[in-house]
Amino acid sequence: MATVHSSKDRIAPATRGRIRVALIGCSHRTAPVEFRERVAFTPEQSIQAATELRRQGILEEAVVLSTCNRSELYGVPAETDDSFAEAMEEFLTSFHGLSRAELDGRTYRWQGADAVRHLYRVAAGLDSMLLGEAEILGQLRTAYSQALDHGSTGPVLNRAFQGALEVGKRVRAETEVGARPMSVALAGVRLAERVFGNLKGHSALIIGAGAVAEQVVEHLRNRGIGALRVANRTEERATDLASRSEAEAVGWGSLQKVLGGADVIVTSVASADPVLTRSMLSQALESRRGPTFAIDLGVPRNVAPDAAGLYNLYLYNIDDLGEIVEQNKRAREAEIPRAEAIIAEHLAKFESWRAFLEAGSVVDDLRGHFHKHREELIRERLAGAENVSDEERERLMKITHELIERVLEEPGQRLRNGASVRGRLGAIEAVRHLFGLDRPTEKDEDE
Amino acid sequence: MWNNLAYLSIVLYAAAFCCYARILYVPHAWLGRIATFVLSAGILAHYFALLNRSHVMHAIPYDDLYGSMSLFGWLLAVTYLGLEFLHRDRAVGAFVTSFLVLWLTGLVLLGHHEMPEPPPAGGPLFALHVTLNSWAYAAFALSFLLSIVYLAQDAVLRSRRPGAPFWRFPALDVLDRMARSSVYIGLIALIVGVSLGFVWQHRLTGKLLFGDPKVLVTLAILAAYIVYLWLSYISGWRGARAARVCALNFAVVLFSYTLVNLYLTRFHRFF
Repeated sequence: MATVHSSKDRIAPATRGRIRVALIGCSHRTAPVEFRERVAFTPEQSIQAATELRRQGILEEAVVLSTCNRSELYGVPAETDDSFAEAMEEFLTSFHGLSRAELDGRTYRWQGADAVRHLYRVAAGLDSMLLGEAEILGQLRTAYSQALDHGSTGPVLNRAFQGALEVGKRVRAETEVGARPMSVALAGVRLAERVFGNLKGHSALIIGAGAVAEQVVEHLRNRGIGALRVANRTEERATDLASRSEAEAVGWGSLQKVLGGADVIVTSVASADPVLTRSMLSQALESRRGPTFAIDLGVPRNVAPDAAGLYNLYLYNIDDLGEIVEQNKRAREAEIPRAEAIIAEHLAKFESWRAFLEAGSVVDDLRGHFHKHREELIRERLAGAENVSDEERERLMKITHELIERVLEEPGQRLRNGASVRGRLGAIEAVRHLFGLDRPTEKDEDE
Repeated sequence: MWNNLAYLSIVLYAAAFCCYARILYVPHAWLGRIATFVLSAGILAHYFALLNRSHVMHAIPYDDLYGSMSLFGWLLAVTYLGLEFLHRDRAVGAFVTSFLVLWLTGLVLLGHHEMPEPPPAGGPLFALHVTLNSWAYAAFALSFLLSIVYLAQDAVLRSRRPGAPFWRFPALDVLDRMARSSVYIGLIALIVGVSLGFVWQHRLTGKLLFGDPKVLVTLAILAAYIVYLWLSYISGWRGARAARVCALNFAVVLFSYTLVNLYLTRFHRFF
């Protein structure tokens, strides 16, 4: 499918010639949390940093992405040489009051297609600590929107970040990378949804107040669970969790009474003996019309193992849920090639767009180069020729102008419409090198 | 022409199956809407195939086995589409459309070129009686499919080893409600259909014949599904046990639709 490029995609004069996305950053893969804390940007600092990078002329466009797992500066370098990398690193150290030695081995730098690929992998959740997690896509969107609102982006980063958001959405929609639950708490709640469908209007009873139980409560609340009750041997802890999660605290003595009213039961109690016996659950089930889903997070188990055979009781213990999480991890990993294929597809689109713009740019530069030489040559040769009339001079200028346009026509078409993006970009680089277009002109230097 | 329309409806049902099966793995909202749209187009093509065939053969669809079975498939598709709108869930679509494709392809392969015998009886009351009864059987077939999916889902949940499609399957509660809705549709259609049959027979002969095997089996079907509905509301039966009863009830429907229709009754042939 042909990619349609808009002539509106105009790039800043200083970046004309080479369109590059550059990146410097650190993440959970390269730096411990103590270091990541020091290079993190608050939303206000992100705006300040992007503005400053542009003001200092290091970058033409800038976006700062800062989450608990990564801090990354994305930009389009103003300089056509590689000095921007040092400048970006220098900026990072001065902004956070670090020494250059502290950055060694803890940061990474990418540029060109590698930087865009990295951005797309981040958006897809492939570079996340928890493979395929969805939160990063929202964080990326926020960082980009913020930069867009403050005018620190431009056509190149707009294109790259919009592509990244699309990649993130597609990877989550078309692959299993982000589909299955990756935590014990979420796996338990998602299984309950396989029984009851929408949890709105259903009720849950939390027995105990462990950390995982709290996570389950959070997931249940996020999914709009109807009534939520909390029971604990220590009444204060039950009241505490209940008040934090807008639930009702239930006395330990009335456990049997409320058992029958719960669609979902979560147990997380430190107890040597089962808290819920088969007869207790059997009695509760008799008073109910539908099934009960029980999540036993206790070790030793809080629900008597022989209760598992009760009709209409779906019982999952911590090992069952752990096994499901492991299965899901493996399933997500198996989906990585499909996600990478989506990334490659979008990267090719970005590169094609870049090649199109660069072709236009290099042909313009080449035209300017030829015209400059033409004018110099004609001025030089006709300096003492008094027998050449103005009309003849004008005609000569017109003919040489046409000659330049004819000479440029075919290479221009080939550079714009060549079949291989890589080939086009290689040819563009070669033209720049052969005609010395990669050197700054006097005009650029003046600017 | 009706042949082409019949083939077109199979192709559209197959396309709908592809879309429904895809959303089990990748839940695109737009793909779901496409699935529903393609299924609706298939139902429309199927309707015109039945109508065209009736015009060409000067016969109503239930005058021969092919027409009767094709009408059954069409009514099943219509019932499912209604339930999909009612319960806002497309996860069962893949099962229903795959059944439709197999059912209609089987009918085409079995052949349907022989002309049906002239109808022994007619009239709008009779047509309504037959159509409503066929609709009831289609609804019961749908409830059977839903119950089978329910039992499979229940088995996976109990095994505690859910595979990839499990996370996209409909929830047990949704399957339970859809199966019951389907049985309600079937029961209402059957009660009205049987009543109209009695009225029509009384008008024709002046008496009510309860001795015909088809009538007896139909009353047994009514009783079986009423028992299912009762069980599905009481503690200790609701859930997998009720789904088993629903699935088993369909055996009586199949018995009525095949052996009774073909060999045991003099008044009912293919319906």
